[in-house]
Amino acid sequence: MTDRFIAAMAEALEKDAGTMQMSDRFKEYAEWDSLAVLSVMAVVEESFGVVLSRHDLDESVTLADLFGRVSSRSG
Amino acid sequence: MAHLTFDGVRVSGVSACVPIGVQRNADLTDLIPPSEIARTIENIGIVERRIAAPDVSASDLCETAASRLLEMTDVDRDSIDVLIFMSQLPDYPVPATSPSLQHRLGLPESCACFDISLGCSGYIYALATAFAYASLPAVRRVLVLDGETFSKVVSPKDKVNAPLYGDAGTATLVEKGGGGRSWFGLHSNGSGLDKIRIRAGGARLRASIETVQSREREEGNVRSEHELYMDGMEVFNFTMKVVPQSVLALLKYAGLQLADVDYLVFHQANKFMTDFFAKKLKCPKEKIPYSLGRFGNTSSASIPLTITTELRDALGERKRLLMSGFGAGLSWGTALMDVSDCSIPPLAER
Repeated sequence: MTDRFIAAMAEALEKDAGTMQMSDRFKEYAEWDSLAVLSVMAVVEESFGVVLSRHDLDESVTLADLFGRVSSRSG
Repeated sequence: MAHLTFDGVRVSGVSACVPIGVQRNADLTDLIPPSEIARTIENIGIVERRIAAPDVSASDLCETAASRLLEMTDVDRDSIDVLIFMSQLPDYPVPATSPSLQHRLGLPESCACFDISLGCSGYIYALATAFAYASLPAVRRVLVLDGETFSKVVSPKDKVNAPLYGDAGTATLVEKGGGGRSWFGLHSNGSGLDKIRIRAGGARLRASIETVQSREREEGNVRSEHELYMDGMEVFNFTMKVVPQSVLALLKYAGLQLADVDYLVFHQANKFMTDFFAKKLKCPKEKIPYSLGRFGNTSSASIPLTITTELRDALGERKRLLMSGFGAGLSWGTALMDVSDCSIPPLAER
């Protein structure tokens, strides 16, 4: 499931999935801005059926943190 | 309550008026770095917007739209029994704006006038109210005037909101007879009060030297307390949860499916959001008209504006429309109805 998550994030951020790791501090990506946030929300909803909130994003530092929030609520 | 059913009431005309003034998003290079402008425009889908002159209000735009519609339909103005003005920016805090529109449009004193204030769900709510009145024996016609001038309350230094909002005024004629059956779904969630808000100028925070100061806020946006704040992320979070399911719930209530709908007219928030809904609902793109590119997010006026600019040639014969509005409150509304022989004048400008 982490591969699927990385692929989803790569699609949302228009990045190469091969350059991304779960330990990445995603808010430090050059691609991270307010539009990227909406893309990530859309892709996570489409792929995992989970709607991320501001709280989820504020409390997450790494991709692994974000994945933890998604996987715990994913059907 | 949530869902309503009406019989024998129809929309017989829709018209719109936009300001002459144009602001192009590509020109916002002082606000958004040139390297990011193209991506922003593509993402939100807004190339340009219409901006009202300082002396033109939403009621003025609605007045022009209404005049054109009344001329085209040649209805007897004395037969208009109710006038509803839907806007978040009335001409004055007091009095309500609708009586002055009754006067300006030469409507009779027997016309009941009142204002409604809601966000981007406002047109659906106003239309449902009009349908309810038009269902009463004594009511022949209802005029719904829905207009917004958010350009007057959005900070030009707000990167989130400045590229989004445009101005427009619209008029919709609702009358008894024909139309078949119509359905509405109306919902609210006031826990989202602070997600889209202008804090000052109402009862909670009166205007003061402090409230009118422009201050730097989150992410470098600059605005005063009299200018619109929107939490884009939380609003997207909200709409993702309620919009697609409210469309499906209304269709189910009506015993219909998306395949039975000819056009799905969304509130024109931004293209990224509505593309998401279309994908979620598996709705073909040909069924979803957009006025967003040329006029931006015109708040509650966006649905009737889109009908005027994009469906003018399509509504001569019978078509089934599903409309979905969602926004400040938080509030959302969905409407499903057949429209035929609908009078739509060319888009007016003022």
